[in-house]
Amino acid sequence: MSTVPDISGKVTVSVPVEQAFRVFTSSFGNWWPREYHYGQAEMAEAILESGEGGRWFERGTDGTERDWGRVLVWEPPQRLVMTWQTNGQGQYDPDPDHASEIEVRFTADGAGQTVVELEHRHLDRLAGGDAIRSMIVGGGGWTAILELYAKAAQ
Amino acid sequence: MDTYGDGGLGLLGDPTRRAIFELLARRPSSVGELARQLPVSRPAVSQHLRVLKDGGLVVSRAEGTRRVYQLNPDGVSALRAYLDRVWDEALTSFQKVADDPDPEQEQ
Repeated sequence: MSTVPDISGKVTVSVPVEQAFRVFTSSFGNWWPREYHYGQAEMAEAILESGEGGRWFERGTDGTERDWGRVLVWEPPQRLVMTWQTNGQGQYDPDPDHASEIEVRFTADGAGQTVVELEHRHLDRLAGGDAIRSMIVGGGGWTAILELYAKAAQ
Repeated sequence: MDTYGDGGLGLLGDPTRRAIFELLARRPSSVGELARQLPVSRPAVSQHLRVLKDGGLVVSRAEGTRRVYQLNPDGVSALRAYLDRVWDEALTSFQKVADDPDPEQEQ
């Protein structure tokens, strides 16, 4: 019943599937673009904990932690599902009914290559109605996101 | 950028479109008002607005003889465009790190 189209992406990496999974998860903070974070302080590190129920979060340079979501499915080295639950004010929303989901599939592609396919779905659950509306129409949280855009674009 | 095939991508990847989007985030505006604040022509602004409209980020309404553009208050499409961009960059960066067997990169 999703009214918002899923986001999907696909990349091929030149490493075996086990390594691709490892880099994606245990080295998450090494590749996640630093511009994209939600805490007040600059981001010191981004962490994706291993195993079902693992936390996905950032730690700021001031030591504060800010949750992004939870690991729902942990099937190394083939599959990973996690939630991303942020409301219109850019805050963590712990309600599972407001959680979008990201599924990542790792498929060995001969010759030591791995195809990594990502799907970010249930975006409509993030709506949070008025929250998102105020973010867009009233500025506020949206301004922060626009600053991220601007930074990322340079 | 070969990571994404579908529509949403790139909606805000273009600097002029992003600028228009930012201006509209401040206040609803007509094509002329936008063009005055940007180093591009009115037809170019119209073109970008059409793309933003098709992508669900912007809506327009008639106000007297003017047509006024504003961000789509259904924020989910905007959020989608934002996340589309996040994942596009993130996967590109992931690919770079995964393909580079630098021991310092992979702790």
